[in-house]
Amino acid sequence: MSAPPGPPTPRELALQSQTDADRQVDLVIGRLLQIGVFAAAAIVALGAILFLVQHGASRAEFAVFVPGPPTLRTVGGILRGALAFDSAAIVQLGLVLLIMTPIARVLFTLVAFIIQRDRLYILITSVVLALLLYGLIAGV
Amino acid sequence: MSILLLAILIALGSFFAGLLGSLTGLGGGIIVVPMLTILFHVDLRYAVGASLVSVIATSSGAAAAYVREGYTNVRVGVFLEVATTIGALAGAAMSGFIPTSALAVLFGVVLLYSAWRSFQPHEEHSTTAPPHPWAARLRLSSSYPTPHGMQPYSVEGVPGGFGLMFVAGVLSALLGIGSGAVKVLAMDRLMKLPFKVSTTTSNFMIGVTAAASSGVYLHRGYIEPALAFPVMLGVLSGALIGARILATARTRSLRLVFATVVVVLAAEMLYKGIRGTL
Repeated sequence: MSAPPGPPTPRELALQSQTDADRQVDLVIGRLLQIGVFAAAAIVALGAILFLVQHGASRAEFAVFVPGPPTLRTVGGILRGALAFDSAAIVQLGLVLLIMTPIARVLFTLVAFIIQRDRLYILITSVVLALLLYGLIAGV
Repeated sequence: MSILLLAILIALGSFFAGLLGSLTGLGGGIIVVPMLTILFHVDLRYAVGASLVSVIATSSGAAAAYVREGYTNVRVGVFLEVATTIGALAGAAMSGFIPTSALAVLFGVVLLYSAWRSFQPHEEHSTTAPPHPWAARLRLSSSYPTPHGMQPYSVEGVPGGFGLMFVAGVLSALLGIGSGAVKVLAMDRLMKLPFKVSTTTSNFMIGVTAAASSGVYLHRGYIEPALAFPVMLGVLSGALIGARILATARTRSLRLVFATVVVVLAAEMLYKGIRGTL
């Protein structure tokens, strides 16, 4: 799609940008977000119950910042910890899933723009996706 | 205090933060960090990590309903997310070098601004002036549902809005908030989008912005499971219940209550920041 010749009327602009395809995409995105959030919340709640059963009686010490073990700080470590049924790692797994929900949303938007062959927005969405994955995987 | 008792108290506080945040439209995230640091003496870094996670949960949980109503402008959202995610990554990189006292003062200022903004009248407007050249190139103009049918609107001030979105991203990462007030300022005032489109598109973007810095903070150990779970589950359940009763609630008096809480917390953050005791 190229820029139209001459200044278009507002109505033309509206029709041009917010197509039915866009609306359809919006709906699926909304569902995706909700499913992701509820799945994440369920895993976090499960991990939280186990965590409180195991460590609930311990003294809470959070006044001074101490970085936790790598099993709670990297995606790989969290996966291994959760598979070993470590309660804190299960909470983190739910939180990683939660962080991935908006990332999945961006990925889905990218797919929609690919289907629409919208080159400009394929580029823009790819940049956002790359930045998000960089933050989650590399961690600045 | 035991971990169990702390978790219960934080979950209760977060529930009311989420409930009031959703009823007033201010967002619950904004009072989670002051609550954790001032009331529970939690290190600011843990507080920011836990708060950001709850911001993602409420943003993604609520965005679905708005998207369905057709207010969100996905193109505007995606385009501006470039600025907010770069800002969030920059803010996350900076956060290790900024003293806690400076962050506390910044937090106090942002809290006061958000409380003040929530009382500003916002008239529904849409411009049909010729769009900014970038807006035309990016096909940002759209239409949104009104009682009189679909109303087309165009978009102005794209570079200014983009720049302010970068700032919103930095603030989101540094303070663990959604930066909704700054995002709405950029879209409503600078880009002249209709108010409803601004607020819903802002909500749509908040989760993505928070996800960028949360990923970084996960690696740094700012996201402590024992604190993040009561905050996330508390804020999320509060926000969901808030969304259910929104139609019947008297938002004006609630907003006054919430704004008072925000102002008190702001004063406390400013005081502790200036004294260097946070």
